[in-house]
Amino acid sequence: MNSAIHHPQTGYTHTAIGLHWLIAIAIIGTFSLGLYMHELPLSPQKLKLYSWHKWAGVTIFLFVFVRLAWRLAHQPPALPAAMPGWQRSVAEATHVLLYLLMFAVPLSGWLMSSAKGFQTVWFGVLPLPDLLQKDTDLGDLLQQMHMLLNFTMAALVGAHAGAALKHHFLDRDEILARMLPFLGKSKNGEPK
Amino acid sequence: MKFRLPGLALAAILLSAPVAQAVEFTQYQHGRSSLSFVYKQMNVPVDGQFKSFRAKIAFDPAKPAAAKAEFEIDLASVDAGSKDANDEVAAKAWFDTKTHPVARFVATSVKPLGNNRFEVAGKMSIKGKTQDLSTPVTVTQQGSNATFDGSLVLKRADYGIGDGVWADFGTVANEIQIKFRLVASAAAATK
Repeated sequence: MNSAIHHPQTGYTHTAIGLHWLIAIAIIGTFSLGLYMHELPLSPQKLKLYSWHKWAGVTIFLFVFVRLAWRLAHQPPALPAAMPGWQRSVAEATHVLLYLLMFAVPLSGWLMSSAKGFQTVWFGVLPLPDLLQKDTDLGDLLQQMHMLLNFTMAALVGAHAGAALKHHFLDRDEILARMLPFLGKSKNGEPK
Repeated sequence: MKFRLPGLALAAILLSAPVAQAVEFTQYQHGRSSLSFVYKQMNVPVDGQFKSFRAKIAFDPAKPAAAKAEFEIDLASVDAGSKDANDEVAAKAWFDTKTHPVARFVATSVKPLGNNRFEVAGKMSIKGKTQDLSTPVTVTQQGSNATFDGSLVLKRADYGIGDGVWADFGTVANEIQIKFRLVASAAAATK
């Protein structure tokens, strides 16, 4: 039961862990849906998928605000003392970029929808204001932007996950376990 | 600027002269007319318009019962909000513009409703299907021009617009909000 009480220096809060995985799964799902749907020929199914993608994007956008607020209010645990300085810098930069992209990706999608003349109506109920006037050329540009931001994020998520696995299997430190508490228990016993 | 004033004054007299008497508006002005619509897909309102359409109008506000109006739309001139949508809407399931390039409305009666409003009833033909249609129209006279404004809701299923996979209204709603503005000027001959 010790693991239920997280000291700021040794572990993430349950809320931080919950938000991390909730948003991670939502982002991977919404990203995959985006990859799949944009090649489809126009059909009712395609229109549905686009709407679902946009609803998911808006939902993630909201959760990211909660997550950032939580992150700012709760200091994350320190990195292992053995980590070289350059790795700390890269880890720090990756996290900052991932946070920026968690805002930039849904925002670019929202802007793109506005510019293309397809308003976002959250869950088909709540219309979001159009941030831009309809402008097809700008819409195409923002589509490129949305795609570029997404692929940048995918690359960073890959690096982020790869680094976590490297820490777990090669360095054998607690980096991955503190975001996946059950790993910590089975491997190193109760994390202190 | 000064030497233009007499010309303007003369034009104003000429233009206002017919308004004082009964006047019939017969010259359709395409450049100032518009035909737009809003449809909902997944509850998202999307704006569209037709670029090519024409009208034959003969309207004397004093004799609405004698008014004549005929309206034709080239369906292939649709802008349904995106290139994908335009290609789709021209296809067989929607307008089938190859077989039915033109939609036509022919007015059969015009009744005054007061306050420059008139109830226009007629037959609307789209895609080989003809339905009765009536809509209030507001007429605004300005100089030698009359503007006919109106909006109505057309149900796409009444005309078989959006068949097959699109027939379900869950994605694209049945009701299409249509807004039109037609401008006609008084013919020189009727002065």
